[in-house]
Amino acid sequence: MQYIDNIIFLILLVAGFGLFAKSLSKIYRNIRLGREINRSDHKAERWETMARVAMGQSKMVKRPVAGILHLFVYVGFVIINIELVEIIVDGIFGTHRFLSSIFGHSFYNFFTATLEILALLVIIGVVVFFIRRNFYGVKRLTMKELFGWPKHDANWILIIEFALMMAFFKMNTADWVLQQRGLLPEHGSFPISSTFLAPIFNNFSDSVLFFTEKAAWWFHFAGILFFMNYLYYSKHLHIILAFPSTWFANLNKKGKFNNLESVTKEIKLMMDPNADPYAAPAEGAEADVPSKFGAEDVFDLNQVQLLNAYSCTECGRCTSVCPANITGKKLSPRLILMKTRDRLEEVGRNIDKNGKFVDDGKKLLNDYVTKEELWACTTCNACTEACPILLDPLSIIFEMRRFLVMEQSAAPQELNLMMTNVENNAAPWQYNQADRLNWAND
Amino acid sequence: MDFNIKTMAEYAAEGKSPEVLFWVGCAGSFDDRAKKITKAFCKILNKIGVEFAVLGQEESCTGDPAKRAGNEFVFQMMALTNIEVLNAYEVKKIVTACPHCFNTLKNEYPSLGGNFEVVHHTQFLKKLMEEGRLKIEGGAFKGKKITFHDPCYLGRANDEYEAPRMLLEKLDAELVEMKRCKTNGLCCGAGGAQMFKEPEKGNKDINVERTEEALSFEPKIIATGCPFCNTMMTDGVKHFNKNTEVEVKDIVELLAEAEDL
Repeated sequence: MQYIDNIIFLILLVAGFGLFAKSLSKIYRNIRLGREINRSDHKAERWETMARVAMGQSKMVKRPVAGILHLFVYVGFVIINIELVEIIVDGIFGTHRFLSSIFGHSFYNFFTATLEILALLVIIGVVVFFIRRNFYGVKRLTMKELFGWPKHDANWILIIEFALMMAFFKMNTADWVLQQRGLLPEHGSFPISSTFLAPIFNNFSDSVLFFTEKAAWWFHFAGILFFMNYLYYSKHLHIILAFPSTWFANLNKKGKFNNLESVTKEIKLMMDPNADPYAAPAEGAEADVPSKFGAEDVFDLNQVQLLNAYSCTECGRCTSVCPANITGKKLSPRLILMKTRDRLEEVGRNIDKNGKFVDDGKKLLNDYVTKEELWACTTCNACTEACPILLDPLSIIFEMRRFLVMEQSAAPQELNLMMTNVENNAAPWQYNQADRLNWAND
Repeated sequence: MDFNIKTMAEYAAEGKSPEVLFWVGCAGSFDDRAKKITKAFCKILNKIGVEFAVLGQEESCTGDPAKRAGNEFVFQMMALTNIEVLNAYEVKKIVTACPHCFNTLKNEYPSLGGNFEVVHHTQFLKKLMEEGRLKIEGGAFKGKKITFHDPCYLGRANDEYEAPRMLLEKLDAELVEMKRCKTNGLCCGAGGAQMFKEPEKGNKDINVERTEEALSFEPKIIATGCPFCNTMMTDGVKHFNKNTEVEVKDIVELLAEAEDL
């Protein structure tokens, strides 16, 4: 029976990581439902961008209060994950504070002390975030589009992180008091626990302390596994997907919209006086069935756009700077990403159930995103500039406009007029091209 | 008429080519307000002796509004036609006073076969100033409060924030920045083909929101670098009945005024 702890630990560990791997593979499968896009150029620049924006948090600090608090939570999270290694080894082999034997006395003291300080910063961060979100009334965090699950989700994340850090401190304090009583070997330095919490714990008996230490350790471990598996259902996926999203980000100037190659071919043929419009395709040429123009559903978006939808943490920085949203129009770039993810998840569940996608009579366009939202966009790029992890909601809006115009001819009437003018008069207004130089003689 | 305009066709007939092609754009050609910007720019170029040409009747819309509205067909039809004309004249360098033309020619034409050096008029004038060809006597605007509204398609879309500001600083005016400026600039509301349609329903129009911000500094002049921003801000100023107190002017108009052109 003496190995029962280790066995339970192993089962939990394998189940936890196994489930998480399953979730990740589902996300990967869903993202691959999108169109392929080549974003593997300029590798050096991509690594640099990822290091600067995702690891270096360079865009987060544009809003200093949220930026610095986020930095606490982020650095704390990254470093505390080193502790996960220790937990896993201790759990499997029944050792106690395994890293102390590797790090040596003084470095292990430094390591544990750093962890304690970071854990305290994380607690400060999540508490302030909780207050900001629920009581302080930051507009972008209290908008109607976050009612329901997005709001609960955000709060759950903060509560779980708070609970995990508290368990961490409980474990350390019990350990430290036991060390002082000579009941556990002396490993580590705990500046926060030994000063603030030890006075309370000093009153506890040895057995209570042993139980507390163990219980907190198990809670901490199970909590991490739970949190990891919770990610899939949460906006919190950004802690993983921010990295690929920044790596695959659009490196072009923001004003550069892509040119559809399928259209270029058509126009070139149209403009070529020698082209035979009735000619059969050349022998051996690929049957060039033009796919849809623009995007009607998630399948028509590219894989980076779908990755973006999973990466969005719904912070709303995009929406808070969107000129359309500021002036009370229906468009919210954040909501475009949230709806894209919702639809993609729905498609994923459909595939899980049926083995392949079976038409459910729904589309991203109209069923999720309305025309009114799409036509309110000024393509000003404020949203893409504001996003801390370089997501691109504008490209999704733009692709859906393309679908509305090129597949459905469903542009607002005034725009149809403008496009006709461009086509016939070479200007968006109904003027004669021959009058183009009249200004010089006015 | 106190300026001199030649077309590419005229240059070609003489067997010569100008230093730069001035891409006037639809607004600059047809819109009464924007024509003044076009003329001011030509006057400055004339004065310092820059040899430039326009396409005149051979110019057409770059296709920008059609593209942003989602009509890739019309966009590419315009783009490929324009590229044929530009390549036939062997154009190397283009300057334009419209950030939308600038963006499209610079970023979206290359992959369709149109490779030109494209600059915005503020970038062009900044360069001329650095080369010593353009000299601006400050003074005319001394002490006047000016605020600059960043056009999205010059600023965020192409990362140019400095050139317009450098020109404005030369005017000796008091340049005040709005809270939402440079990368955080607020759109005038005209981009993405919005110029050509009624806005969607909301609490207010975007240009009103933007003008309100500009007016809160009580400027004498709201400076712009885009004919569409100019229209939107002018409308905004009228909305607040401030059109007798506050002027909306393109940067080249201010420069031409400073030089008494």
